[in-house]
Amino acid sequence: MWHSRLVIVVRTTLYLLPVRKLIIAIVVLLAAHIALMIAGRGRGDATLDHSGTTIGIVFDVGGRGDKSFNDGAYAGADSARRMLGVTVRYIEPGDGSDRESGLRLLAAEKMNLVMGVGFIFTDDLTSLAREYPNINFAGIDLSLAYDSTGKLIPLPPNLAALKFREEEGSFLVGSLAALVGHSRKVGFIGGMDIPLIHKFEAGYTAGVKYVCPDCTVISQYAGVTPDAFKNPSRGKELALSQYQSGVNIIFHASGATGQGVFEAARQMHKLAIGVDADQYQEAPGYILTSMVKGVNAATFDVIRRVKDGSFHGGVYSFGLKEGGVGYVYNEHNKALIPDSVHARIEAIKALIIAGKITVPTTR
Amino acid sequence: MKPERREKIEEALFAPLVAILIAFVAGDILMLSFNQSPFVVWRLLLEGSWGNAYGFGQVLYKATTLSFTGMAVAFAYRAGLFNIGGEGQLAAGGLAAALVGFALPVGFPAILAILLGCLGAAAAGGVVGAVPGYLRVRFGAHEVITTIMLNFVVLALLNWFIATKLRVPETLHTPEIHAGAIPRLSAILPAFHGSAANLSVIAVIITAVAMWYYMFRTRGGYELRAVGLQPDAAEYGGISVRRVLFSAMTISGVIAGLGGINFVLGYKYYYEDGFAGGTGFLGIAVALVGRNNPFGILIAALFFATLSQGGLALNAFVPKQMVDVLQGVVIIAIAASVPEVQRILLGARKRLVDKPLSESAAAPTQPPAAAV
Repeated sequence: MWHSRLVIVVRTTLYLLPVRKLIIAIVVLLAAHIALMIAGRGRGDATLDHSGTTIGIVFDVGGRGDKSFNDGAYAGADSARRMLGVTVRYIEPGDGSDRESGLRLLAAEKMNLVMGVGFIFTDDLTSLAREYPNINFAGIDLSLAYDSTGKLIPLPPNLAALKFREEEGSFLVGSLAALVGHSRKVGFIGGMDIPLIHKFEAGYTAGVKYVCPDCTVISQYAGVTPDAFKNPSRGKELALSQYQSGVNIIFHASGATGQGVFEAARQMHKLAIGVDADQYQEAPGYILTSMVKGVNAATFDVIRRVKDGSFHGGVYSFGLKEGGVGYVYNEHNKALIPDSVHARIEAIKALIIAGKITVPTTR
Repeated sequence: MKPERREKIEEALFAPLVAILIAFVAGDILMLSFNQSPFVVWRLLLEGSWGNAYGFGQVLYKATTLSFTGMAVAFAYRAGLFNIGGEGQLAAGGLAAALVGFALPVGFPAILAILLGCLGAAAAGGVVGAVPGYLRVRFGAHEVITTIMLNFVVLALLNWFIATKLRVPETLHTPEIHAGAIPRLSAILPAFHGSAANLSVIAVIITAVAMWYYMFRTRGGYELRAVGLQPDAAEYGGISVRRVLFSAMTISGVIAGLGGINFVLGYKYYYEDGFAGGTGFLGIAVALVGRNNPFGILIAALFFATLSQGGLALNAFVPKQMVDVLQGVVIIAIAASVPEVQRILLGARKRLVDKPLSESAAAPTQPPAAAV
């Protein structure tokens, strides 16, 4: 009898062996997991310190690293963190519902200010501001809604719209392009054909005409869809044809499409004007200047207001006067701009700030 | 215990458990390398997803779309087809649902309007799915290529349509629909307040049950699986392979298109350019982990949605890169425990190791192993 029992025992053991291996693996992994969790105690800063002012920012889809918009907001918030001592939390959303969800998560944490970067946050910010009346909200480039009679529909009292007068900065670079271009033709390339970009074109054209009434501006757009902001080959195509027609300087307001404009400038040995941030590094030597949009300054400003208690809802407009827009003049492009021209541009800037020149916002 | 049964239990319980633990340990090491406390990070991830009603609602919302796209991939896969066009089919379904919502007058009976909206979404997805199906059976064009390419065509068309015909100025979306809004879960359970979860979850469950029934309890489903396993044998057995392939691709598109109702009718009440945001592609992973079974897909979709929502909650405290890598690590570990994936991986290794190149090239290619 004993040998039949032995056979059963041996067979059962063999039979269970593979399972044992898995059980051993499970025990080992579990032990490692617990050990690592204990080992990691006390690390990190994954808790929220509510003692100071807390700021929450949700970036646009695409997020940081765009060298323009989102990075500008990050830079502004980061200098606020260093100079004002505020705590800043960032969320980079994935799919469409993450935008609202990110704002909600920050609002639920009772942040002092919740910010959305980009016009795409307009709806979510407006409804959340109504739902959380005790929390301050701000949106960069927030779209404003108008009723049927053309009157502005008021924003909730705890929502700030940070808007830029891009036309003022564009006016200056337009004058600059006409003054140093040595040509009766100057170029403009827009991204998507929408009112926001028309502001750039309108200011630019007015700036050109202000210093050179008989100059013509050749304006072209890369397309009618959001993809028009990320189509460098189209940008290059448009720029090459403009340069060939006698244009010496092109101002682009077209996001990543502008990379193609710079490429064309490099190829044709002509000049281009950057947008949003100082784009000198994108094509050193071929960038006359850049029309900078101070998303960082606006972000810093709104955080400062929350910190010192002067925050209020409504439209905040940033132009030349507030340092919200401007043009680049530094050691990189000094050689391209004669001193007399620089003085002239500064004079025009002073006139705009003083309200002596009215810059159009539409074509 | 019979050996097959033991093997089944082992496969069903231990393998995923080991996979999850591997993911935990790999995640721990990752968090430590970012100088974060693993305990706190895991806790935040869970709290942000299942820890409160809002987070759970978001998980349900995300799982809804993922279930639809996952089931769409699985349906085609059972017939031996790879539908990578879920993204375009989903977006087309969303726009169709919105268009139905505009066409109907204000005050149209809600239930009818919702049904019509669903019908529109399904029809649009079906049309987008039928094109590669037709190209496959008529010209033998491989569906992997045609579905991928069709994504670009469909998304560009929708984009153009929105940009030129229907857009609210300074936004990327259409005006709100007049009728056909699907009630939010928060209308029934106030605890869900603010979350995007809506009664589209019912549509998901109905679709899953219907798909399971069709697949395993009807003649059509049997034919579909037979074609997926061995088309030549199916043809020999009297099944019209071309008809099955065409209808499988179309129905796959229908299921993906239905997913559009979740965002358009259930959440925002308008179509927004780019709302799909990769959900169509993630459906492939969901189908794989869900082992091409409708109910497995529901669980897999919940799992992916948890990672996504938990990751978002986590993002406020740790860098986005860590969240992304963590999600990737967990997905790889779980996916590697799926027997079908293991079979594919082992098969590939075997072919590389066992046979010289010339021979393996000449060897007949295996049918897709996952379509069992």
